[in-house]
Formats: sequence, structure tokens, C-alpha cells
Amino acid sequence: MASTIARPPVRRSLEQGAARRAVGRNLTAYGFLCGALICFAFFSWYPMIREIVLSFQQTNFVDPPQWVGLDNFRTVFADPAFRSAWLNTAAFSGLALVVGYVIPFVLAVVLNELRHAKAYLRFVVYLPVMLPPAVGVLLFKWFYDPGAGLFNQILDVFRIPPLAWLDSTSTALISLVIVSTWMNLGTGTLIYLAALQSIPGDLYESAELDGAGLFRRVWHVTVPQTKLILLVMLLLQIVATMQVFIEPYLLTGGGPENATVTVAYLMYQYAFNFGDFGGGGALGLMLMVVLIVFSAFYLRVSRDNEGGR
Amino acid sequence: MRTTSHRRALGLLLVAGLGLTAASCGSGDDEPAAQSSGGADQKVTITVGCQPPKSNPKERAGWDEDVAEFQKLHPNITIESKDAFPCINPDTFQAKLAGGTQEDVFYVYYTDVQKIIKARQAADISEYVGSVKALKDVRADVQSVFKDGDKTYGVPRNNYNMGLVYNRKLFTQAGLNPDAPPKTWAEVHEAAKKIAALGAGYVGFGEYSAGNTGGWHFAASLYARGGSMVSEDGKSAAFNSAEGKAVLENLKQMRWNDNSMGSKQLLQWEDLMRMMGSGKLGMMIGAPDVVQSVNNDFQGKFEDYGVAAVPESEGKASLSGGDGYMFNPKASPEKIKAGLLWLEFHELTPGEGQFNYERAKAQGRPVGLPIPDLYGDSAPGKQITELRKKFATVPVEHFTPYVTAQASITNKLEPPKAQELYAVLDVAMSAVLTRKDADIVKLLADAESKANKILAKNT
Repeated sequence: MASTIARPPVRRSLEQGAARRAVGRNLTAYGFLCGALICFAFFSWYPMIREIVLSFQQTNFVDPPQWVGLDNFRTVFADPAFRSAWLNTAAFSGLALVVGYVIPFVLAVVLNELRHAKAYLRFVVYLPVMLPPAVGVLLFKWFYDPGAGLFNQILDVFRIPPLAWLDSTSTALISLVIVSTWMNLGTGTLIYLAALQSIPGDLYESAELDGAGLFRRVWHVTVPQTKLILLVMLLLQIVATMQVFIEPYLLTGGGPENATVTVAYLMYQYAFNFGDFGGGGALGLMLMVVLIVFSAFYLRVSRDNEGGR
Repeated sequence: MRTTSHRRALGLLLVAGLGLTAASCGSGDDEPAAQSSGGADQKVTITVGCQPPKSNPKERAGWDEDVAEFQKLHPNITIESKDAFPCINPDTFQAKLAGGTQEDVFYVYYTDVQKIIKARQAADISEYVGSVKALKDVRADVQSVFKDGDKTYGVPRNNYNMGLVYNRKLFTQAGLNPDAPPKTWAEVHEAAKKIAALGAGYVGFGEYSAGNTGGWHFAASLYARGGSMVSEDGKSAAFNSAEGKAVLENLKQMRWNDNSMGSKQLLQWEDLMRMMGSGKLGMMIGAPDVVQSVNNDFQGKFEDYGVAAVPESEGKASLSGGDGYMFNPKASPEKIKAGLLWLEFHELTPGEGQFNYERAKAQGRPVGLPIPDLYGDSAPGKQITELRKKFATVPVEHFTPYVTAQASITNKLEPPKAQELYAVLDVAMSAVLTRKDADIVKLLADAESKANKILAKNT
């Protein structure tokens, strides 16, 4: 019954005054927040909502769109390229994890241990990120040329037979992973490096005094101290690699024999080449749901692990 | 607690406000463009696509001159030119339509015309097109590209069919006669082997196999052998035939037995253009517009190239290609009428606009390619051919084998659901060009089954 008792007017006016002061105090913060919210609303949330709506519609962007229920999903399910696209995307993400997740961390550890030319090497490692992605990808198109490409020339020096790289169903996908890793490793390396530099030096000194070598120092000090960053980067990497598009689009056009068709590439085909935005939207929604479910599951497991410690 | 709840309330307000703003911005897209309902003399402004880009100053200057001349003839019409390179981009076409920035008179390739008509993304201009007198002389097969039943949706600008583009300079280097291009596939094989033998990096014959271009060229080769992509009623695939097998067998032979197609595959449109421009590619399937692109954008020289008919295609068919203009479905009748006047002036009148060869020659632009072929043998067609000869700046005899063969070759349009079918056939093309043990029978059977599903959905 206590809830029905009216609060004294003096107390209420005091509370209102405090609230006004709190708002006034945080006005600048709300102002900054506004900018971010507007950007997200226009460039992320609104397109996302439109995409979800599109996946249940058929539209020509001229007449009013028609609601078609699950027809767009049935269309893409029936597409023979659908299965290949998901398998290729999963394989790309898996390979990118093996190659692209480990290399930046190892590079960061090595850079952190270096005594000389640190700034120069950091610049060199970060350089690919500064190139426009299309330029980086097209550079690799030349590297992968089976005739005059750089990679086969290097193999030739070691008397290794040339590879078909992008032109073979067995090497095309891994070739794309190599490009993707090269283009993105700079960002990962710098983030890991920042995390490594926040580890107190006395932890390493203690480990050294206890007789730990480089590997044991990394395993028992570096990895536990950067665990949070490693987990976040793992999630971000999987989310990013599942959306791979530019590499197959520019390097292989989905070939050979659909070996590099990814979900995002198939989405592009539907929306822009086939003029079927509903089908493209349906694929996009499926990918989004898969990534949301995966992210939620991953965060839950990570939190449980943290809690259990 | 209190501060938190105030913050939450403020946050909700912000989000709601932003949501409303976004919704209001989105709803604007659905509004039809302002409709003009005035009389014929009312002032009207139309936006027209495909003005040559600033990087092509000579053609742009010609276009601007034509706009000024047209506006003098029709003072009530204002042309707002929109430049772009390339003139149409599948990535932006739908976005422009959705965003309300599609031109009133927009440029389109033949490949996309039927898709646009089916999607009702172009205006039906049937009731206005009768005013375009020049159209009565335009080839019926060319006009049919922009038709669906008895309705008309556009006006052609360019028309050609596929041939064999070859590098005359490389032919000479390889000891071949550039004035006698191959007429059979056996001759192509021999020529390709000799060109590939010139040294590392030389490719005798180039072919596409990615980004849907492989399927497109499969169709071109198939038609030239007398085959068809789909059945008469368009309901089922027809490429799993003796002609279809021959197309793939032919490529397999050149790629793996003759080793005359280079080792780099999965080529797309720009790749072959670049190779042709760099002077390392001997032959490819293509129309005379390839020579134009190679000259304009890929550092090739007109005089180095020639065009012949696709080998063994005489008496058979050739895949048509070309482009034209369609109208924004939201364009008012006045805009459509004004647009048709412009198109008749600029795209269809001998001696004017795109056929103003005298000006092109004075500007130092290439004249003499046997395209566009809009009129065939009708009076305007003959007039255009005469003008082309009179002001020719490129060696027209380099295109004679192509022109001569036209008399016995039927133009054949692209199949329905062209892009989807091309995507399916990319798989077969890329398999044959990247895998020595590719099973052609299985590849075609798989492609046929996929294509039938696509066509069933269409019909």
C-alpha cells in the first residue's frame, strides 16, 4: 500500500531540479550522442530494416512493393549456387581463422619484442590497410597470374612447379584468404600490439626470473593478459569474413565452377545482375540471422567462461 | 536511479525522433515525380543519360553542340545531360530508380532491356513512338529488342552482332595474312598456335569465363554454330546440344591440346580488352565495338585491328548486341514526347548527332567502323554508309570481311533470363578452361538442369 501514498511536493520539486541539473550537466554528451545516433540510424539501422522488409517483398522500385511471404526464401533455397555459397563462405571463414587470426597476433608479439626499427616495421605492416581494397586485390591478380605472376616466379626459384592459384578449384579459395589476410592484418596487428603494450613489464620480469623462455612467457603471460582482446577479435573476424565480397568479385567472379561464390557475392548477383532485390534481401537476412545467433552464442559462452573462473 | 530513468526516457525520445526522420526520408522515394499536364508548347526539362564523360572531351564537345542545336530547334525543351562512364552500371541502376534519380531518358544495353520491361521499370511509349518517323526505316529485328508484344519501351542507339576480332599486327608477326582472317575453326586453331608461339605472354585466342561473361560468349559461339539457348517457347534450355558440345570441345582443344589460350583464365570483360589493347592477344569473339573500346580506353590503335564473321557462322546466326534509350516510368507524357524528339534528332538522323561523321572527322575521332547498323539496307542505312565512307578516318577495309558476311547471317537476340543463364554457363566455361579433365557432357547436363529451373520460374 505504500506505493499509493503521495510524495510530499517539496521532495518532488527537489527531484525535478536534480534531474534538470543532471540533464544540463550532460547536455554536451547528449549532443555528441546525437551525431552518432543520426549516423547509425541513417547508414546502419534504416538500411538494415529496409533490407529485412525487402526480403519479404517483390519490388521494382517503381510500383508499390508486393508482400510475397516466404517466396524469396524459397527461390534462393532452390538455387543450386545457394549450397555452394554457404559452404564456400564457411570454408573461407575457417581458413581465414587459421591463417588470418594467428598471423597478426604472432606479428604483434614479434614487433613487441623488437628493440630496433619498431616504428618502421609497424608502418610496413599497416601499409596494406592504407591501400584502397580494390587496389590491393588487383595487385594480387597480377601476383597470382599463372604465367608471369610473382608467386609462380618465386616458386620457380625454388624449383617448385607453378600453381594455377585462382584458376583451380582446389586453390582458388585459399588464394582469396591470402589476399584478405594480407589486406587486413595491419589493423589486427596494431590492436594486438596496443594490448601487448598495456601488459605490465614486471610480469615478464617475474616470468624471466622464474626461468620462463620466450614461448612460455607468451603462453603464460601474453595470452592470458590479452585474452579479452583475442576473444573480441575472434568474433569480429568471423563476422567480417562471413561477409567476404570484394575478393571473389574482383578476382574470380565466383569461379572457377562456383568455387568462390560466397553468400555476399550471391546476394550481389541476385540484387544487381538478376534485378531480384527480394532474393538478395532474403540471402542478406539469412546471413544476418546466422551472424546474430553465432555472436550471441559466442558472447554467452565467453561470459560463462569468465564467470566460471 | 532517477538520473538513469531520465536518461533512458531521453534516449527513447531521440531514437523515436530519428526513426520518424528516417521514415519520412524514406517515404519521399515513393512519391511520383512531378507530372506535367500542360499543352505541347509548355516548357519541359528532361534529363538524358550517357553524355560522354569529361575524360572524353571531343565526344563531349560534340554532344554539347548537339544539345545546343536541338534546343535552338525546340526552344520549349531543355536537355539536362547526365554523364557517366560506363553509361549504365548494374550496381547503380536499381539504386537510381529507388532513389528517384534515374534519368527521364536513360541508357540501357540490349542484355538488360527485357529484364527492365518485365520488371515494369520503363515507361510504355507505344502511344507516342508513332511520332518518330525515322523508326519506320529501322530494322524490324532491332526494333523488336525494345518491344514486348505490341508495346514499345525504347529506341535503339547502337546495333551490331558478334564477329571475330583479331590483331592484324600479330597476324603479320606470326606470318599470317591479316587480309585473310580465319573462316573455319580449324584455321583459328592454326592461327592461334602460331600467335601463341611468338613468345611468353602471347595468347592466340582469348575467352571469358567469369562474372557471367563466360555464359554470354557461350551463347555467342552457340548461335554462330546454329544452336539455340532456349526452346522456341522459351520454357526450357536448348543448349545441351551437338552445337553446345562443339563450343566447349573447341575451347578445350585450344586450351589444353594446342595450348594457345594462355594459362590465365577466369577472364572478364576488361581483361580481354586490356590484353587486346596491349597487343598480346591474337583473336577473340567480339563485335566491332570491341575495336572502339580498345582504341578509346585500352591504348590500342584502330589500324592494328580487324573484324571478321565468327568462323563457320555464314548462313547461320549471330548474337545481337547494342544499346539504346528507355524512359523513366515516372516520366510525364510531355517528357516522353520531348525525349523522343531528342532521340530522333541525336540517335536516328543521318548526318546529325551520333551520325555527324563530318564533325567527328574534324575532331580527329575515329570514323569508319561498320556500326551502328540500325537501318540495314534501307535508304537511311545507305546514306549513313555513304557518309561513313566519305569521312572515314580508319581503314574501313579492315572490317570488310565482317560487313560482307552480314548478308548471310541472321541476328539473334539474347535468351530470356539472360544473366541467370549466363551465370549458370559460366560454370561450364570456367571448368573447360581451368580443368583438363572437365567432363563436357556432365557440365552441359548440369547446366541444363539448372537453366530449366530458372526458366520454369520465369514462365
